[in-house]
Amino acid sequence: MDYVVEMLNIRKEFPGIVANDDITIQLKKGEIHALLGENGAGKSTLMNVLFGLYHPEKGEIRVKGKPVNMTDPNVANDHGIGMVHQHFMLVEPFTVTQNIILGAEPTSMGKIDLRKAEKEVQELSNKYGLKVDARAKIQDISVGMQQRVEILKTLYRGADVLIFDEPTAVLTPQEIIELMQIMKSLIAEGKSIILITHKLKEIMQICDRCTVIRKGKGIGTVDVADSSVDELASLMVGRDVSFKTQKTPAQPKETILKVNNLHVKDSRKVEMVKGLNLEVRAGEIVGIAGVDGNGQSELIEAITGLKKAQKGSIELNGKAITNLSPRKVTESGVGHIPQDRHKFGLVLDFPIGENIVLQTYYKKPYSKYKVLNYKEIYDKAEKLIKEYDVRTPSVYTKARALSGGNQQKAIISREVDRSPDLLIAAQPTRGLDVGAIEFIHQKLIEERDKGRAILLVSFELDEILDVSDRIAVVFDGEIVANVKPEETNEQKLGLLMAGSSEEKVGVVNDLE
Amino acid sequence: MTSNKMFNILVPVISVLIGLLSGAVIMLGFGYNPIEGYAALWEGAFGDMYFVGETVRQVTPYILTGLAVAFAFRTGLFNIGAEGQVIVGWLAAIWVGITFDLPMYIHLPFAVIVAALAGAIWGFIPGLLKARLGVHEVIVTIMLNYVALYSSNALIRSVLSDNQDKTDKIAATASLSSEWLQNLTFFSRMHYGILIAVFAAIIMWFLIERTSIGYELKSVGYNQHASKYAGMNVQRNIILAMVISGAFAGLAGAMEGLGTYGNMSVSSGFTNLGFDGIAVALLGANTAIGVILAAFLFGALKVGALNMPTEAGVPNELVDIIIALIIFFVASSYIIRWVLLRLKKGEK
Repeated sequence: MDYVVEMLNIRKEFPGIVANDDITIQLKKGEIHALLGENGAGKSTLMNVLFGLYHPEKGEIRVKGKPVNMTDPNVANDHGIGMVHQHFMLVEPFTVTQNIILGAEPTSMGKIDLRKAEKEVQELSNKYGLKVDARAKIQDISVGMQQRVEILKTLYRGADVLIFDEPTAVLTPQEIIELMQIMKSLIAEGKSIILITHKLKEIMQICDRCTVIRKGKGIGTVDVADSSVDELASLMVGRDVSFKTQKTPAQPKETILKVNNLHVKDSRKVEMVKGLNLEVRAGEIVGIAGVDGNGQSELIEAITGLKKAQKGSIELNGKAITNLSPRKVTESGVGHIPQDRHKFGLVLDFPIGENIVLQTYYKKPYSKYKVLNYKEIYDKAEKLIKEYDVRTPSVYTKARALSGGNQQKAIISREVDRSPDLLIAAQPTRGLDVGAIEFIHQKLIEERDKGRAILLVSFELDEILDVSDRIAVVFDGEIVANVKPEETNEQKLGLLMAGSSEEKVGVVNDLE
Repeated sequence: MTSNKMFNILVPVISVLIGLLSGAVIMLGFGYNPIEGYAALWEGAFGDMYFVGETVRQVTPYILTGLAVAFAFRTGLFNIGAEGQVIVGWLAAIWVGITFDLPMYIHLPFAVIVAALAGAIWGFIPGLLKARLGVHEVIVTIMLNYVALYSSNALIRSVLSDNQDKTDKIAATASLSSEWLQNLTFFSRMHYGILIAVFAAIIMWFLIERTSIGYELKSVGYNQHASKYAGMNVQRNIILAMVISGAFAGLAGAMEGLGTYGNMSVSSGFTNLGFDGIAVALLGANTAIGVILAAFLFGALKVGALNMPTEAGVPNELVDIIIALIIFFVASSYIIRWVLLRLKKGEK
């Protein structure tokens, strides 16, 4: 068999844990091969082994049948293996070409020959249909385009094997479709691809074979054509997973949140929310669907008091909370699971237990006459950690040391436990694996059934369609459509999110 | 956890030992006997009650400036301005000490509190500028050091004295010095200030580790975004942190003014108490107990050094070199940490 890259029986240990245990992955020439596993299953470790950043205790790496000793990333590059990182490594004020040649600048007499490089980059881009402008500055192009620059970077360095690390996490649905076409054209040109992901649908759509790892162990490789989403999921998690979130129809009651003609500017003083109207009632989940950057963040920040609204009103239970301080908003009954959990959700250098009381530390019983009662604080933390299955060595462990999924569970436990009338969940499952997603969705629905109003903002259409009772589509700072999840689908939503009118899409708006 | 704690103690101890060892090598290099040199140092710091008294006197302001820097550091701020805050604290204490005529139980606390307030105001300025305008506190505090130095010189000449180089002595009712302590220590300048310094360390520990105020201050220091999200007033906390830090340094000034000297002289240079406070905080790992231990080390080195030229013929510049080396090795504790980790790994 014709394998371009083989990693055979790889074992990598770290003090106390085995990160990779007997994992084998063999990439055929011209295939798209998925590497599937939960967060923390050992995918990154395996790829770091391939790139020579870690040295395996056991096992062998072969390129085109010959054993190779990967001592550092340059060796991998020399063998034609390139990585498209999840977090782009680009210099913002540089042009596309400058970024691509960085570290491998073609020079003539000590001077960089930018003209020649630009021509080469443009030719490469045209060859694979990437539609990148070689002279554009990175800061002026979209996230999707930036990703293509990363792809070009590997191609420019002569890569035959491309590794994509969670490439769709940052893309819009339309951009995802385009990326898949790009991957297909790469294959057509004789490249081979490893796709690291935990999104099963993408694997079904585009991959030929799939290698599954679970808790550091290689589970096996399957032909995607002979498999199903359910099989892949149970292989990955080690048990059956339900995808369709179980829920009864919503029974909306009184209005909890009422947003009226809201205008909000972002930090650059550009108006991002332009006269937005929104209502969320007790006992329903309203999903905000939209492409990133259409005013979702500003809307949430205005409701929670993190940003000032220029115009309009926000009411909670009939009382105005417009432009109150974050503490006043929190105290009036708003819970907020923030989009960026590291920046806003947690003080990473505080123990997880102290993060549990981040909004309540000044209240009884956690403090009295400004003196903290650590026993109460950590007792509470112990209780919540048990209840929400937050996996941490102890409540005294720093939040930084926890995995993303467990950090998110800790935040959710804190926000839900305060039993707020309105719970705002922004991208609550971003970057998490199916097990954690399932748990979080169930929690949101549980809270809904307890009569809370829930505002869900997500860029994942699956999530919006699956969890929401009502979908509000946001485009350019306004709610442009209100639809019911059972009466729409991803294509229709995608068009609405791109700014098409409801009539064109043919969705009957029978709400309001 | 335990290995982490052990590390935090081991690293400064090893730094100090390497610093002393390097000092010995340098002494050897210049033809002095290191054993005699260090014996003289020890003698000069703890040899008899007089030296012990002088050491404690030197330790007192070091504890307070160390606390000032450590407190700011725990809340994410770098207070280079302890020096200026010491000077304004000193000046304020002297002003109260010579101007007012009050019974001791009012006069002394009043002078101490005014000194702390003066330091607090000197910390408030950079705090305010940082909170409101985002001006980096390091720049403002450095500049304010000079403002403090030269303004206090001018005030001593024109206001607190009649164009003299130093102020009058403070009234006995504002003095920290104690006949009992002086008798006990063969007339050293040791004074009651050490009690204030230790009490201040307890306050720092309690404030940072045990109160919701400390929780907020630390939270803002670690992550301003999350603190704002949690409903804390980020700007107010930045200002408060600098104010408290400045108050500690202002107290150090009161120790010099009300305890050691009893007056204040026009000075062409800094006292260095504030700058040494940075090293004390660093060596003490920014904890209250660590600061006390580090201040004792620095005070002992400083006072003991005075004995080295007379007893062992070693120039006391060398002691400054040894102190500098210790600071160097503490600052590069990363290297020591790394070596220790390597050794630990090797064992396994």
